[in-house]
Amino acid sequence: MSLDTPMNGCLHTPVLRERGQREVFCGLTGIIWLHRKMQDAFFLVVGSRTCAHLLQSAAGVMIFAEPRFGTAILEEKDLAGLADAHTELEREVERLLSRRPDIRQLFLVGSCPSEVIKLDLSRTAERLNARHGGAVRVYNYSGSGIETTFTQGEDACLAAMVPSLEDTAEESLLVVGALPDVVEDQCLSLLTQMGIKNVSFLPSRRASGAPKVGPNTRFILTQPFLADTAHALERRGADRIAAPFPFGEEGTTDWLRAVAKTCGVTLETFEAVTAAPRARARKAVAAHAETLRDKTLFMFPDSQLEIPLARFLARECGMLPVEVGTPYLHRGLMEPELALLPQTVLSEGQDVDLQLDRHAALKPDLTVCGLGLANPLEAAGYATKWAIELVFTPVHFYEQAGDLAGLFSRPLRRRALLEGAQA
Amino acid sequence: MKLTLWTYEGPPHVGAMRVATGMKDVHYVLHAPQGDTYADLLFTMIERRNHRPPVTFTTFQASDLGGDTANLFKRAAQGAYDRFKPQAMIVGASCTAELIQDDPGGLASTLGLPCPVVPLDLPSYSRKENFGADETFHALVRALAQPCERTAEVSCNILGATALGFRHRDDVTEIATLLRSMGIAVNVAAPLDASPDDLKRLPAAHFNVLLYPETGEGAARWLEKHHAQAWTKTIPIGAQATREFIAEVAALAGVSAHVDEKNLRQPWWSASVDSTYLTNKRVFIFGDATHAMAAARVARDEIGFEVVGLGCYNREFARPMRACAKDYGLEALISDDYLDVEAAIIAAAPELILGTQMERHIAKRLGIACAVISAPVHVQDFPARYSPQMGFEGANVLFDTWIHPLVMGLEEHLLTMFREDFEFHDAAGPSHHGGKATPAPAPILEPTANAATQMIEAAQALAHALHWLPEAEQELKKIPFFVRTKARRNTEKYATEKGVTQISIETLYEAKAHYAR
Repeated sequence: MSLDTPMNGCLHTPVLRERGQREVFCGLTGIIWLHRKMQDAFFLVVGSRTCAHLLQSAAGVMIFAEPRFGTAILEEKDLAGLADAHTELEREVERLLSRRPDIRQLFLVGSCPSEVIKLDLSRTAERLNARHGGAVRVYNYSGSGIETTFTQGEDACLAAMVPSLEDTAEESLLVVGALPDVVEDQCLSLLTQMGIKNVSFLPSRRASGAPKVGPNTRFILTQPFLADTAHALERRGADRIAAPFPFGEEGTTDWLRAVAKTCGVTLETFEAVTAAPRARARKAVAAHAETLRDKTLFMFPDSQLEIPLARFLARECGMLPVEVGTPYLHRGLMEPELALLPQTVLSEGQDVDLQLDRHAALKPDLTVCGLGLANPLEAAGYATKWAIELVFTPVHFYEQAGDLAGLFSRPLRRRALLEGAQA
Repeated sequence: MKLTLWTYEGPPHVGAMRVATGMKDVHYVLHAPQGDTYADLLFTMIERRNHRPPVTFTTFQASDLGGDTANLFKRAAQGAYDRFKPQAMIVGASCTAELIQDDPGGLASTLGLPCPVVPLDLPSYSRKENFGADETFHALVRALAQPCERTAEVSCNILGATALGFRHRDDVTEIATLLRSMGIAVNVAAPLDASPDDLKRLPAAHFNVLLYPETGEGAARWLEKHHAQAWTKTIPIGAQATREFIAEVAALAGVSAHVDEKNLRQPWWSASVDSTYLTNKRVFIFGDATHAMAAARVARDEIGFEVVGLGCYNREFARPMRACAKDYGLEALISDDYLDVEAAIIAAAPELILGTQMERHIAKRLGIACAVISAPVHVQDFPARYSPQMGFEGANVLFDTWIHPLVMGLEEHLLTMFREDFEFHDAAGPSHHGGKATPAPAPILEPTANAATQMIEAAQALAHALHWLPEAEQELKKIPFFVRTKARRNTEKYATEKGVTQISIETLYEAKAHYAR
């Protein structure tokens, strides 16, 4: 690279595209956090025993009050004739709704087997909606592994909700992406302090709080994997505010600044509202950056959070990304992030055996990977961070910036502790 | 179509993975979409394995369907052989691939790979994990076992242990040690830790020891038929069953049945006076049939509990389970719906639950003591220490792990004596457990149409017909919480029998005297 290369990060970095065995979850996994977020929703997967087993294994610990998700397991007789399967599904739904009168939103979630046998869940959803009037809203989307990777399940779910959101001509701001309640409250508080009115969230905690959308709606994503949801909102006339994602002090500030600019917030107000939390975030991150600085980082593809997180770890924690893998690279959404990410190797998709070969050659100090790979890599001498924690933990905005850095520094500190004890 | 919230067993290809991952030098090529790789974490996280399971997932996508998924499979199989050079491969389909009917076995045979390739045909929409494991091991044995001379010294194989099994690792060690102490060599233990080359020499053993019928009976039967190897029917869980197992093995091997019992402590621990308080404690047992039936015997005959519920989730073993339950005066609960199990537990009001990780959650919800005796497993079921369930050490382990969750004997007396004492009160829980005790939440019942629910409803209807006088209700609260349900039920039963509708303190104590034991 010559010295006069323009500083535009990874915008023009060639991407290594791979196609082979993928060590990632399918989109059904999103149900684990979506059902906690939407407290009156039930997720009914129409699939196989594998789907049910995935959900309970991915959940790690079973959430054992009767969960608000389940699987209608297809049996041999359902595969014989399709008309039969539709009737069976409607019967199971009626039984479920009569047992769970607290349910206001029901998601029929397609899976690999239901997609392959072309079970038409939209037809079932339509019939059920007609039958239940306004009492229960029935949606359908696919979380199948043949179409969705891990966090794309949330994208498919939110995109399915968009067409039935109420219309509005009012000026409003819509914040898109399932955030833990505590983070959502912090976000709302920052926006309110800046004087921004009419803020709503997708998804809302309850069906009754569903946002409205229209031509005067601006929306901004909090998660990088919501491309289909963004398109669906644009089809409703809403405008997307482009920004880096709110991870770390810098990401959060850029994200808020983009909103402030769009909503006409003065620079003075913006500074007044953000100065204190920015300082707190920098301080909290600094404690962990000591551990992370100059350490090499290898990210296996998992949640599509990889590029924003690599940007955070490189720019705020001083890490050196050596390969950043992502299941899909949406250039449109990722442009502001790529502009900030220092030069590194970008890969999209996966052939896990080839990627493990590259990983072994690079011998990174910290590896971010899925649960299937973590222990084998630890046993081979690598410090790892399981990627799934990044979607199960509050990590967005200022007050979580230190926690986010802590997720990555902990494996290194732990390793040092255990090695110190052995010495 | 059947609505499932939590499942006891995974799909059959997960059973096949348990066999492949337990073995050495085997590779499994699984025709499956993205996402099915979740199963890797069962082994790397729950069992803390330090290697990836030897499984290649073809990872087909929607865009491949109607295109060339068959070639995708062939490339994946060839690639897996080239990279891993296994002694043998197994090939099969997960639930989605079963629908696209690519015939992995046929495709693999066209590759002419230089190792045995064993095709699996596991019906994903009608069978489950245990079947998958049993069938996979059976298929491997059928394909690989070679006729050979019996070993010169008397020897046996140990069959059935897999990856992700409940204490399989330690059971195999314990039983192998026991057999060697009897002068019987272990020819091969499989599938766990065996290679395809080991499977070839299975027929050299004089007989087979089958530890886990759920995952090894198919192979044991096949070896009996084709290689004239008898197999053991006793599962050595508990002191008595271990002694019977020793006698059975001694007869098959023609060796002495005398085994040193100096390390078997469980019978004395059970007979010693401190254990008196265990007498007739009500225990509910649920798990895979093999572990549940064995646990029932230990519970009743070796520890002196009263078995108040017994069942299993694997329908394949419904018949022996039903016969076994009859021996305890019970109707077996055969169900893989945890809501049925929960309802049955509520109805039986046990003081201890011996179950799987599912029952552990139910127990937590209901505030009942619980110990895990069977798969499905979680990370805490793979302890760092040696902790078998089988053999004499296994009997010791059972005593410790089942007794530990209970309130200790003397503590139970203190609770009764001081009742509303600020330290010894109901919600305090066993004093040797950490954490802050919280009162058991009121059980929430879902209206499901099963026998257990009907029983509860009947009991509730009965309770409405009976009226507890306030003093009696007050007195009932003084009874320690872990026997309160039983006291209430006995009193109501007694009152009904006597035609009494108003329950007074007198009625309560008359009932207590009536049911005294």
